[in-house]
Amino acid sequence: MTDPIEELVQQAQADIAACGDERTLETLRVELLGKKGRVTELLKQLGGMAPDQRKAFGERVNRAKDALSAALESRGATLAESTLAARLAAERIDVTLPGRGEASGGLHPITRTIQRIAEIFGEMGFERVEGPEIEDDFHNFGALNIPEAHPARAMADTFYVLNGERLLRTHTSPVQIRTMQQREKPPIRIICPGRVYRVDSDRTHSPMFHQMEGLYVAEKVSLADLKYDLQTFLSRFFERDIEALFRPSYFPFVEPGADVHIRWTLPDGSWRWLEVLGCGVVHPKVLEAVGIDSEKYSGYAFGMGMERMAMLRYGVDDLRLFFNNDLRFLEQFR
Amino acid sequence: MKLSENWLREWVNPAATVEQIAERLVMGGLELEIEPALSETASKVVVGLITRAERHPQADRLQVCEVDAGTGTPLQIVCGAPNARVGIKVPCALVGAELPGGLKITEAQLRGVDSFGMLCSAKELALSDKSDGLLELDADAKVGAPIEQHLGLPDKVLNLEITPNRGDCLSVLGLARDVAALYGVQMKRPAQAQVVVEGHQQIKVEVESVDDCPNYAGRVVSKLNPKARTPDWMRERLRRSGIRCIHPVVDITNYVMLELGQPLHAFDADRLSGSVRVRRARDGEEIRLLNEQLIACRNRELLISDDSGAVALAGVMGGLGSGVQNGTTRIFLESACFAPAAVAGTGRRHKLASDASYRFERGVDPGLQRQALDRATQLVLQICGGETHPVTQVGRSQPDPVSIRLRRSRLVQVLGHEIAAKEVEVLLGRLNITLRAEVGDAWIARVPSYRYDLRIEADLIEEVGRLYGYDRIPGRPYAAQLAPSQAREARRPLLRIKEVAAARGWQEIISLAFVDPALQQALNPEVPAIPLDNPIADNLSVMRTTLWAGLIPAWLYNRARQQDRVRLFEAGVCFTLRGGAVVETSRIAALAAGRALPEQWSSASRPVDFYDLKAELIALLGNSVGEYRFEAAEHAALHPGRSARVRRAGTPCGWIGELHPQLVRRLDLPEAALVYELDWETMRDVKVPKAEALSEFPSSRRDLAIVLPESVSAEQVLHCISGAGVGFLTNVRVFDIYRGKGLAENEKSVALGLLFNDASRTLTLQEIDAASSAITQALMRDLGAVIRQ
Repeated sequence: MTDPIEELVQQAQADIAACGDERTLETLRVELLGKKGRVTELLKQLGGMAPDQRKAFGERVNRAKDALSAALESRGATLAESTLAARLAAERIDVTLPGRGEASGGLHPITRTIQRIAEIFGEMGFERVEGPEIEDDFHNFGALNIPEAHPARAMADTFYVLNGERLLRTHTSPVQIRTMQQREKPPIRIICPGRVYRVDSDRTHSPMFHQMEGLYVAEKVSLADLKYDLQTFLSRFFERDIEALFRPSYFPFVEPGADVHIRWTLPDGSWRWLEVLGCGVVHPKVLEAVGIDSEKYSGYAFGMGMERMAMLRYGVDDLRLFFNNDLRFLEQFR
Repeated sequence: MKLSENWLREWVNPAATVEQIAERLVMGGLELEIEPALSETASKVVVGLITRAERHPQADRLQVCEVDAGTGTPLQIVCGAPNARVGIKVPCALVGAELPGGLKITEAQLRGVDSFGMLCSAKELALSDKSDGLLELDADAKVGAPIEQHLGLPDKVLNLEITPNRGDCLSVLGLARDVAALYGVQMKRPAQAQVVVEGHQQIKVEVESVDDCPNYAGRVVSKLNPKARTPDWMRERLRRSGIRCIHPVVDITNYVMLELGQPLHAFDADRLSGSVRVRRARDGEEIRLLNEQLIACRNRELLISDDSGAVALAGVMGGLGSGVQNGTTRIFLESACFAPAAVAGTGRRHKLASDASYRFERGVDPGLQRQALDRATQLVLQICGGETHPVTQVGRSQPDPVSIRLRRSRLVQVLGHEIAAKEVEVLLGRLNITLRAEVGDAWIARVPSYRYDLRIEADLIEEVGRLYGYDRIPGRPYAAQLAPSQAREARRPLLRIKEVAAARGWQEIISLAFVDPALQQALNPEVPAIPLDNPIADNLSVMRTTLWAGLIPAWLYNRARQQDRVRLFEAGVCFTLRGGAVVETSRIAALAAGRALPEQWSSASRPVDFYDLKAELIALLGNSVGEYRFEAAEHAALHPGRSARVRRAGTPCGWIGELHPQLVRRLDLPEAALVYELDWETMRDVKVPKAEALSEFPSSRRDLAIVLPESVSAEQVLHCISGAGVGFLTNVRVFDIYRGKGLAENEKSVALGLLFNDASRTLTLQEIDAASSAITQALMRDLGAVIRQ
């Protein structure tokens, strides 16, 4: 006749192996190892046994119990694994579908350009300053040594308001004047980005555009300082060594004055000099107009068009794109 | 200004190609380009003399000419030009010639008559855009000479774009001076015959103010040959400068202007009465100019007048009634220096530009008048013959010499580069600036009269730098003297707001600051706009008072390009008048139209609404959001039930709302977009954060559903709750609003979440119940709320 313990273990192991889900397995565990379970029942028999039998029987029951616990656990782990696998399979989603919610917006390329340039100059110690867009004759022309008869004052270039009493600034240079008037004394090292206006509208001219003015007034500022600072800026803006050429030029508010041209390679491999900005040593009359001692201090100033810089940097070939506000264009600068 | 290379080389001829000269000039501060003197050249075209001309036997319009082209035997050439006649010299294209445009000349038969060549017009030689007959050449042109040789080809044209200070370079003389200085070579002055005064006719000249006209020289030349013709060499030089030939005397004045830089005017002396006066115009005085325009003087224009009235607009244009014409035999040549201010104003006001005014506006050498007058006289005598009379001269014939002190220390300091004293002297010497050494390493510089742009030390420093070469001045690494300003943390840079908006899906735009007055009037009728005196277009004629006037057109522009959903924002200045003064305010504004979210697969599509935009606005307010209130208010552009004025601590800060349905209809907009506009100055500053201790105790939440009349606003509810005096109430959320079934028409049910927390202890159930009850009581008492069970 068979051993009841052995029989129980064999039967139970077969049941465990056949068990198909975690709940049935739990029922089986209670049936076997629970308080009233069959293995527990066997242990209860120990009380009525002779001491010599008790030890051996007890050991066998305990071994059977361990074996069944292990079998239950192992089966349980297997079942849990497959349950999880089934759940994960059921919960699978299409991760290639687009995400939900808002798309990203963007800044205007001119904002982006001004910001980059302002950051570069900021690291070189320039402070950002702004000024009004409707100006008076003194700040836009007179203080900048632009005489009454100067061609730049022609009605053809300047927008006037209030019957000629005021005007839309034609450059950011008046901010130089205002800053020098406000500050107690040099050193002054500023950049002034902003909108400017000229009566001109075609493929290469917009009646409104953006400039950035730079001004550095301190003791013994020279053309050599200007050359270094602009060369540094240009190389950093274009992120490569820029070959810059300083050509003598004329702006009433600087003397000596210069145009800066950079060597620009075209897609076909040829190159040419491209004018990118105007600059010079601040004219003594400008310093005198704002009450700065032109013997003690000297300065340099420069001005550049933001649209031009943006066009060169980003390969934009039509100025009008900046002000049409076509989303297909603007979204390229996100 | 355009000038012939060959002409320039007669004055200065450095050993360099014209391209090299141009490069040197550009590096010396003169902008210019080199152009061909002729777009295309002909080959095998010579000077031919028509020795016989007979009507073609078969064609009325053709002539059979016999032409001496220096080939030994006369050539028979059939010609259709009406001016073909015996005795004239014309360009003759020989058999085998190739003309511009590719026409090859071969032996041909024209209506049965053999033709061995072609007589040419100016157009056929690419000398002109149009012509009405054969190009007639000088009577003394050498028969058989190649036409290139006769016309002074090959040649190139220097097209100069000078800066306003370099009026002294607007001539062969001036350009030659600068070339000579840049190359350090000598300029040579072509020899010219002396003028011998024979007669003694004089016209009296009076100058009202030497400030307007520092120098005036005039002279009569009589007994001119009325049949005189401008010689080909002069015609060609004028043509290369882009100047049309009109009359020998006028051509001569233009020629001298190009050669020396002195604009001249020739009056028909027989059409002048009495004396010549240089004076300001009387108000309303009229003059008909050479271009037949009638000018009414309103601003004391500078005039030349005779006893009968105005005869010229000084320095700008002559009068029609006093100019030379065919048959003129006696002229009065005027060579005057007019002040830039006197001429510039006139030209600008009357929108007149001439080669003369271009030069006077930039300044003409005040020491040049007599020399130019003599040169013109000499050319008149050479070309038209005649008798010379004495010069009448008024003003300062020799301008006061200009002396400038130049310190070497200053020069070195401004350029940031050491240049030896000797070199400075050499460089300035090349410009005919003489230096006299002074104590203290300085000089006194004497500047020639034509360099009226050199007046102060800095001007001389630039000249030294220019001739030395900016490229030879190395950059000096910066050791900047700085004065950094105190940046305030509470003051947000505009860029931060822009980046917040961009990150939330908004696209920044930049629109023109002048807008359509009709659109703006509809949007912002109560704010006075500043009109432009000289707008470029009617729909861009007022300064914007609201950024919406730019956002709406940008929306429509994109909508017309199939962009149905837009979220645009702009930051910029708006302009208005307050008490007559211009006020500029910096604003930030936005417009949203179309769906609330981009079209997508998992979110229900609905149009953007007020609350979408309000959340966007609030996102820009930073940590000061609690200081803002949205109060229902009416704005002309906005739906009266869906608009709010935004205030910060009582100060108006802007508007938010949906465009007014009437505006939508009036402007024919596709839908009612949502817009806001905020005042940047008002919203710019935020609080510097001040950290508070965190509670270590759990919070509790009670939800409350109340039924309220529609008229009670969320703000009232929140205000009432916070007025209930529960100190440990930390937050209130409106998490649902229900209208409809179970409620009366004008009622809404509002679900509120109340959050309680105390920093020092765990709140008891009793405390929370009591607080909840106090709030409920307050809502019932103050707002007529009914608790929804």
